[in-house]
Amino acid sequence: MRAALTRRYHFSASHRLHAPALGKAENARIFGKCNNPYGHGHNYQLEVTVHGTVDLETGLVLDVRQLDRFVFDKILNRFANRNINMDLPEFRQLIPTTENIAIVIGKTLEESWTAEFGAAGARLIGIHVQETDRNGFDLVIGAANSERDATVSASFASVTD
Amino acid sequence: MFITRKAEFSASHVCRVPSWSDEANREVYGDAANEYGHGHNYIIEVTVAGDPDPVTGMVVDLKHLKDILEREIVQPMDHRFLNYEVKPFDRVPPTAENIALEIWARLQNQLALPARLHRVRLYETADHFVDVTSEDFDT
Repeated sequence: MRAALTRRYHFSASHRLHAPALGKAENARIFGKCNNPYGHGHNYQLEVTVHGTVDLETGLVLDVRQLDRFVFDKILNRFANRNINMDLPEFRQLIPTTENIAIVIGKTLEESWTAEFGAAGARLIGIHVQETDRNGFDLVIGAANSERDATVSASFASVTD
Repeated sequence: MFITRKAEFSASHVCRVPSWSDEANREVYGDAANEYGHGHNYIIEVTVAGDPDPVTGMVVDLKHLKDILEREIVQPMDHRFLNYEVKPFDRVPPTAENIALEIWARLQNQLALPARLHRVRLYETADHFVDVTSEDFDT
């Protein structure tokens, strides 16, 4: 028998939404307050969902403490209390919208997943990043027929702040 | 169409494999292996799939679903020590995964057709939950 397990993590970080290719007025029109020059912060929530066989002896889909260490090392330790635009090289050329943050987190975890949990272990199937209570995004990992093997869908009221 | 009903129960548990040493249990379960157990406010979300009845406009009678959850899950598990008082947790560790699977097993034959059980979600804490769907039982 199988089950999906979701763990929710928290980190606080700042960001600024600004497209260098666009002019000042256009940036202000698209991003609104998120384009304010010095950036602003959020208490982000990150949900990591894994799916696999429930081990008959332990009753676990995977080692939760190992997952916590892995997410801490790969994500929380890098994002928490940072300026995403300035501190994270992935976002030097990439606008840190919640969509892009979810994609970067998904790719980062996916790259090391098999090395950490083994090819026969639980699979990473989803990432959810909540920027505010009103604004969150789901990333489905391993979605069929997708060019980047991932799809993003918005949940709740999607706003650009 | 899916419809979800929520219920809560509070219970204690300890996650241990009896044949393992204290050290091995602690390595796998951490503080959840503490000998005398600890408790959670568990929240279950039960999702039923089906088409609304043309006469009543309902996928399932929610009062009926509420009564099933109360009888099959809440009454047997609320304010209990799962390992000692609720089967099968005398022999399988009451992890969130196993509790979700047990809730599925207790509910799956309770619904009147054509409504069918689609998903059981069990929150152990706000930051830790498990989903079980019918696909998880395919061989």
